[in-house]
Amino acid sequence: MLIDARDLTKTFTTADGKLPVLNGISLQLQPGETLALTGESGSGKSTLLHLLAALDTPDSGTIRHQDDDITSGNDTSRAAVRRNRIGLVFQQFNLIPSLDIAANLAFQARLAGRYDADWCAVLSQRLGLSELLSRYPEQLSGGQQQRVAIGRALAPRPPVLLADEPTGNLDEATADSVLEMMLELVDETGAGLLMVTHSTRLAGRLSRRLHLSQGRVA
Amino acid sequence: MNADRLALLLWLAASAASAQGFAGLGTEAEGFAIPSPEAALTFPADHGPHPDFRIEWWYLTANLSDANGTDYGIQWTLFRSALAPFEADGWDSPQIWLGNAGLTTPEAHFAAERLARGGIGQAGVTTAPFEAWIDDWHMTSTAPSGDPLDSLSLAANGEGFAYDLTLQATRPLVPQGIDGYSVKSPEGQASYYYSQPFYEIEGTLSLPSGPVEVTGQGWLDREYSSQPLSETQDGWDWISLHLDGGEKLMGFRLRDREGAPFTSATWIAADGTPTPYPNGALTMTPLETTDVNGAPIPTQWQIDLPAQSLSLRLDALNPNSWMDLTFPYWEGPVTISGSHTGKGYLEMTGYTAP
Amino acid sequence: MRRAALAALVSHWRRQPLQFFTLIAGLALATALWSAVQAINAEARRSYAAAEGMLGLGSYETLADPAGRMPLETFARLRRAGWQVSPVLEGRALLGNQRIELLGLDFISAPQANLPGNPQLRETLSPNEIFLPPGIAFVAPDTQRALRDIAGLPHLIADTSLPPGRLVTDIAVADRILEAGGGIDSLILLKGAPDGTPGALAPQLQRFDRQSQGEISRLTDSFHLNLTAFGLLSFAVGLFIVHGTIGLAFEQRRPVFRTLRAVGLPLRELLGLLMAEIILLALLAGGLGILLGYLIAAALLPDVAATLRGLYGASIPGSLAFDPGWAASGLGVALIGALVAATHGLNSIRKMPLLASARPRAWAVASTASLRRQALAGLVLLLAGIAAPILADGLLAGFALMGGLLLGAALLLPLVLGAALSAGAALARGPVAQWFWADTRQQLPGLSLALMSLLLALATNVGVSTMVSSFRLTFTGWLDQRLVSQLYVTAPSEAEGERLRAWLAPRAEAILPIWKVDTPLYGTPGEIYGIVDHQVYRSHWPLLASSDTPWEDFYAGRGTLINEQLAYREDLSPGDSVTLGPGWTLPVSAIYSDYGNPAGQAIVHLPLLLTQHPEVPRLRHGILTEDPEGLARALHEEFGLPRANLIDNGSLKAISLQIFERTFTVTGALNVLTLSVAGFAILTALLTLSSMRLPQLAPPWALGLTRAQLARLETLRSLALAALTFALALPTGLVLAWSLLAVVNVEAFGWRLPMFLFPAQWLWLLALSLIAALLAAYLPVRRLARTDPSQFLKVFADER
Repeated sequence: MLIDARDLTKTFTTADGKLPVLNGISLQLQPGETLALTGESGSGKSTLLHLLAALDTPDSGTIRHQDDDITSGNDTSRAAVRRNRIGLVFQQFNLIPSLDIAANLAFQARLAGRYDADWCAVLSQRLGLSELLSRYPEQLSGGQQQRVAIGRALAPRPPVLLADEPTGNLDEATADSVLEMMLELVDETGAGLLMVTHSTRLAGRLSRRLHLSQGRVA
Repeated sequence: MNADRLALLLWLAASAASAQGFAGLGTEAEGFAIPSPEAALTFPADHGPHPDFRIEWWYLTANLSDANGTDYGIQWTLFRSALAPFEADGWDSPQIWLGNAGLTTPEAHFAAERLARGGIGQAGVTTAPFEAWIDDWHMTSTAPSGDPLDSLSLAANGEGFAYDLTLQATRPLVPQGIDGYSVKSPEGQASYYYSQPFYEIEGTLSLPSGPVEVTGQGWLDREYSSQPLSETQDGWDWISLHLDGGEKLMGFRLRDREGAPFTSATWIAADGTPTPYPNGALTMTPLETTDVNGAPIPTQWQIDLPAQSLSLRLDALNPNSWMDLTFPYWEGPVTISGSHTGKGYLEMTGYTAP
Repeated sequence: MRRAALAALVSHWRRQPLQFFTLIAGLALATALWSAVQAINAEARRSYAAAEGMLGLGSYETLADPAGRMPLETFARLRRAGWQVSPVLEGRALLGNQRIELLGLDFISAPQANLPGNPQLRETLSPNEIFLPPGIAFVAPDTQRALRDIAGLPHLIADTSLPPGRLVTDIAVADRILEAGGGIDSLILLKGAPDGTPGALAPQLQRFDRQSQGEISRLTDSFHLNLTAFGLLSFAVGLFIVHGTIGLAFEQRRPVFRTLRAVGLPLRELLGLLMAEIILLALLAGGLGILLGYLIAAALLPDVAATLRGLYGASIPGSLAFDPGWAASGLGVALIGALVAATHGLNSIRKMPLLASARPRAWAVASTASLRRQALAGLVLLLAGIAAPILADGLLAGFALMGGLLLGAALLLPLVLGAALSAGAALARGPVAQWFWADTRQQLPGLSLALMSLLLALATNVGVSTMVSSFRLTFTGWLDQRLVSQLYVTAPSEAEGERLRAWLAPRAEAILPIWKVDTPLYGTPGEIYGIVDHQVYRSHWPLLASSDTPWEDFYAGRGTLINEQLAYREDLSPGDSVTLGPGWTLPVSAIYSDYGNPAGQAIVHLPLLLTQHPEVPRLRHGILTEDPEGLARALHEEFGLPRANLIDNGSLKAISLQIFERTFTVTGALNVLTLSVAGFAILTALLTLSSMRLPQLAPPWALGLTRAQLARLETLRSLALAALTFALALPTGLVLAWSLLAVVNVEAFGWRLPMFLFPAQWLWLLALSLIAALLAAYLPVRRLARTDPSQFLKVFADER
């Protein structure tokens, strides 16, 4: 099992008091599985993704990545999980503005010590980025940037790809083609995919769907 | 006129002059010698300075005219003022010397002053040979024998004017008051006072328009004292008149803040015989005033000395004969009409703007 | 509406107290340094004006005997010949333990406007008080206190217009204190005095223009220009700070501005409110700055006073008077500075579209093109600075060189740093290193103002400390050479001098007369010394350049030694002819260094001087002896010589060194202050940037870097930038030092100093700047290390 999360809870403290976001959620992701996480705004789907990506820690519950508990570790071990086991794609692309596209593509792979030049070349070719490698993020369109982000996430061949509304900032046609590329590459690498989206249409293209409502699986 | 020095002199005189009469003359005489009626004048010694007296002057006025008959007047004065009753060599001298010079024409009046301290040779008076000087102004005896004051050379200069004159006395010196003891107030303040009113003069005046050769007659006053003014006297009107008959008249009126003026006169016959007159014999009455320096100053006078059947009217040659110096006063030539005719000099002090 | 808007705007400062503090502190510091320098300058100028007014030096020529004092008779003789002159007697006296400069004027003949005291004061004095012993004298209030208990002095009257240590009195009083015996130093030529010299009346008198005072003001000008340059420098640095904080305050409040506009606040009103806010802040900070500046100036003034007295003989009081003039100028400068700093922010708000995204953009992004333009401007400035001393002479050219150099280097800095960082990136191996360099480079525009101010501060520091240290080294060595005698004795009179020499002959190794005449050299005040033939001169005198056989020529009467100042001013080299007086020329056999002397100077063999100037006062002597102390004691007992007339080599050296140490205390203090202001600028800039760094730091964090790693990298970044800036500042500072030593010094003082390098100082400075960078990075980095992950996550969140 790639991810085994059990009884996760998370409460945020706001000016108006405590705001429970996740109320005991459990979730599993198998290798090769593509899972869509849907729900209303505020249903907790992004928070859940952040917990699974070791960006944040749950108040209670456990998360195992390939049988390793990541909830008990410290900052360093969580960073290692992010670096070695997860590919992340965000709605805002979040490329590193000071690095060119080639360096952005290779960044995480090199960070994880799993840089493979051939694979990167394949990725950039498949994602249609070959001509853009020496450019900088700000010079690219939204769709192009998101393709870089996907390439960056897949370059270290992570077992899990976590995507948070990866096409949320793109128009429908671009969104479809980007999603297509991502699914193809996930399929080829055999990674598991967990994608947060509010679009039922896109969710339908994934193998499984989990709907969240008020911090619980509906 | 050097404004800087004017202010300096004001500073020098401030405490004395502002509170107590003109030019510090109305001050106490502590430590200084006091004139006495018994002491007789001796010459030429008394032509020289008397450092133990507070104040002393060598005062010469002259009525002159050029070939065209234009009248002029000149004044040459050297004052000595002592801060302490002694003289010392060098900077430590307590004697301060002040020179005033004036030149009056019917249209213009020039005045200048010089200041020096004693002891350093910048100013002073010597008796043998006789010389009185301050800077390059001088009154120098040229008499080969007899009294040194019998013949003099006289020079002074200032901005816009200069004069260089020779003087020859035709009669002996004339003592004023009682043998030179001249009383200055009813309380008995007095000075030593003698004159030489019989000078024949010739020489050159330098004016902005050029040099003018002149002749005329002059009058030298020598006076020294330690307290010539009483507390309530704040100025005087003084005349020295050359009458056409050869007689001379010296008269003064000391104005008193609290009472009648004190007057004194000496009638000098053509042969030089003086007749002194006590307080009240002479009356001096202002007839007309001229606004000078913001104050009305009498420039036309009625002079009466009934004892000599004298009734004169004096008219200033130039009503603006204002000596705009550190101690400002009016001093200029007058013309005489009335019972007698002639020329003379008028000096008025203590007239200040209200 | 307006009140609500204002509340919304001001609430920002309540939530950001640190930002508020940096804004106020930055502006206040800048104003403080500026107004401190202004205050010192104003005080000094006031003193010069008072000194000049008192002596009437601008407007009066004088007559003086170059050989020394003239007798009193000369004055009287000239007056009696119609010369309107007024005597002046000057001298130094040791009253109690106070060294006092006496000025004796003839209060009777001196121009009244040039007398001390005001007319009201003088009216309270009677002639008796002034002219009868003990007399009166005018002194500065400080001096009055210092002399209070000394008996036998004239009645002392405090006069604030007088410099400390000077006593102005009637010439009679001065004559008594100085025991001048009627001697007169000079005669002021009053209005109406004739032209030319008195000729046969007083053949020894020469006519002098009163330009020695002008000389002093020319010399002190360089000192004040120096101070002003420091003031401007620190103000520029302060402006960087203010620019940073105001820019940030604008940037962070963009959403507020937009909301205010959206709910109907007119743009004009918004701008008006912001302007009012800036003015208020500027007034507050400016007021604080003036207060601080006053304190700084008051603390520095005694040293400034010592400097000016030691270096130029110009006296200013050691205490500071509050002058609304410089206070107003300080406030004005604070106001203008804040408005200039805010212009950018106000302008961007004016152009801000009403509906654009409310996300803060990087407010300090400069395009490569503008970086190039800036670098080009820097290059032009640099070249113009270098060209200045080639094209023009004078102090101003020297300062143009310094200004061009510093500003040019500062403007070039971003480009140079960018290139260095690119090179770093190209060499980088790992992804983190690569990102580190690339990201540092990207941050450069936001930091460049702060780094420029650091560069200015560091370069100035290197330059000034190199100059000071070179100076100290040279000067100490030179003093050792120059002060050849063990004891210096001044006889009170010529007769005593004669007796002294006879008495000393069997008791001392050698008696070296130090006799001189003050005489104009090439139209400016100068002095000619005569020395005897002695080995000690040949082996010790510090020669800079000489002919082949300088001493042989010299002692044969075929040559003269001249000081560097004279050589520089008249462009003389060994072998050239120098004119020492009417009809007296000699070849230059050598040029010697003569630090600390503004006047031109020549030395000839003593017999030659005595032939040309038989009237030379024969009073001062250097004594070679094994036992200076014993001899001094014996001289004191035998001749009753006061201590002031007996100075031993050691204390003379100590005094000289002390003067020069104090000379540079001010420079050193300003140096440190400027450096701290620059450090503060970096702190502000880093703080400003750190609050915008999250979007840049979140991706690497998400991709697997820890917060601690990021914090370390941020610290390293700050250190790297400081080190790189130092690397550029060092050569800039050295060139600056060179221009100070070889250009400005020569123009200002007429002497050139060799340059020494002090690598230990540089290391110390590098350490200092790294510490500054570390301190500056500490706060933002600590904040970063403690940032809650949710803060990072906000970057990724949909709802922002």
